Amino acid sequence: MNELQLKVLELLKEDARRDADLIATLLGAPAEEVKQAIAELEHNHIIVKYATIVNWSKVDDEKVTALIEVQITPERGRGFEGIAERIYLYPEVKSVYLMSGAYDLLVEIEGKNLKEVASFVSNKLSPIDAVLSTKTNFILKKYKQDGIIFEEHEGDDRLMISP
Amino acid sequence: MIKEEEELVRTKVKRQAMTDYLTPSVQNIKPSGIRRFFDLVNTRKDVITLGVGEPDFITPWHVREAAVYSLERGKTQYTSNAGLPALREAIGQYLNDQFQTPYDPANEILVTVGGSEAIDLALRALIVPGDEILIPEPCYISYSPITALGGGVPVGIETFAKDKFKLTAESLEAVITPRSKVLILCYPSNPTGGIMTYEDWLPIAKVVEDNDLIVISDEIYAELTYGTKHCSFSAMPGMRDRTILVSGFSKAFAMTGWRLGYACGHPDLIAAMLKIHQYTVMCAPAMAQYAGVEALTRGLEEKDRMVDAYNQRRRLVVKGFRDIGLECHEPEGAFYAFPSVKATGLTSEKFAERLLEEGGVAAVPGDVFGLGGEGHLRCSYATSVSNLAEALDRIGGFVHKLRQG
Ligand SMILES: Cc1ncc(COP(=O)(O)O)c(C=O)c1O
Repeated sequence: MNELQLKVLELLKEDARRDADLIATLLGAPAEEVKQAIAELEHNHIIVKYATIVNWSKVDDEKVTALIEVQITPERGRGFEGIAERIYLYPEVKSVYLMSGAYDLLVEIEGKNLKEVASFVSNKLSPIDAVLSTKTNFILKKYKQDGIIFEEHEGDDRLMISP
Repeated sequence: MIKEEEELVRTKVKRQAMTDYLTPSVQNIKPSGIRRFFDLVNTRKDVITLGVGEPDFITPWHVREAAVYSLERGKTQYTSNAGLPALREAIGQYLNDQFQTPYDPANEILVTVGGSEAIDLALRALIVPGDEILIPEPCYISYSPITALGGGVPVGIETFAKDKFKLTAESLEAVITPRSKVLILCYPSNPTGGIMTYEDWLPIAKVVEDNDLIVISDEIYAELTYGTKHCSFSAMPGMRDRTILVSGFSKAFAMTGWRLGYACGHPDLIAAMLKIHQYTVMCAPAMAQYAGVEALTRGLEEKDRMVDAYNQRRRLVVKGFRDIGLECHEPEGAFYAFPSVKATGLTSEKFAERLLEEGGVAAVPGDVFGLGGEGHLRCSYATSVSNLAEALDRIGGFVHKLRQG
């Protein structure tokens, strides 16, 4: 990864809708090089996807999110990989992390309501042979995600004109 | 005193209006052009403003937190008049590290209520009525009025876009008289974004030396340079003892509301300024000073991040104006672009007013900054990329409409 790519990543992380021309202007770099850098980042799966951070609590059909701590018996030869894959392939599963500490996997599940999440845990997750235990934590409110604070941004309080 | 005489004195001092009590120097100060334009802008909604001369960043959290912590510990008393020793230490260390300008925290550094107070103190300590104060223009709007308040005579020195708004030795020499006493420098410059390099300073330093001038060097934008590292006038050979270096936390650390600045210089000059300071404000706010220590000792990384962001916006704005077809010299410091609107045939004021009315963008007409400002527009790029893009769009549309007649 070169310096230009790093800068491009930072600018896209701030706002994924910035196009290559704007980024080139901001960085004082040739547009061609920036386009090339973006293409490479995409090709190498460093940029995995351009996504939108949504504050679902403002949407009527609010979703329920749970963080589930899962303890696992690792598989001979493959450790946690096989089980992790079995879990992350479910579309309800938003993220899966291998953790140090009191449990092994942290699994983020999104569902329409509590029942849906509960049924996923009891019907899909718990029955997996290697799963020893699960502990379901529901998210009550999101304050900050991926460095973005959810609360309404206060406006620009500066005077319209100043020295 | 005989009765008739008494009567005469009484009638003589009888004032007709409240304003008759005011000193002539206050009465003679015109309201600032910025203020006037501000009032105009305030009558409008949906305006994107490029008129703001302060960072759009919030003071970094760890700096705010340091102030909060100082309050929790009950640090709510006056500090020493010259400022917290820890802050003066930090300022000395910082100036030496960043700009190779060593000052002794014990007697060469004075912590003030913003760079503004430091400039005021310096001028008040130096001006004898009738002294001529030399001011390269276009410049920050306060220098002339403060000079006049102290009975000094402000003498503008015009600088030009073709010279990147640098001060030249010839133009400085041309205004020098036996009454010339102080030269006020402001590089990187508000409003032009011009800077001065070591080579640019050399001939200026010679004129200063030859003519026995004292220099007030307002280096509040020192951190905000793009490409060239700031060269302090005080770091020029022989200039340290002739220079009062003024700076502050407002711009580099996004701390305008904290009112924290400082002046550094020869112990005799600082002692004189300290006298005025201690009798007028006692000391700078304590919590701001604790925040200042944090900013200087642990805030440089955050500062660099902000400077990086300004630099990106600077490129966007300069390219934007050039694409629109307005001449724009490359500002190498501060956070202002100073494009020329002469090609449109409008004066600065008319252009700014119509841009506000018809384009919904506020930018300060250049003439309010003194000589050489007419025909330009000060556009601050201390605002978000999306605001800038929208503002440039609107300015482009407005200029296009002007061209159509
Ligand atoms: C050149 C210059 N000097 C001084 C100041 C005032 O700074 P402070 O907030 O430290 O008083 C400003 C603010 O706009 C400025 O542009």
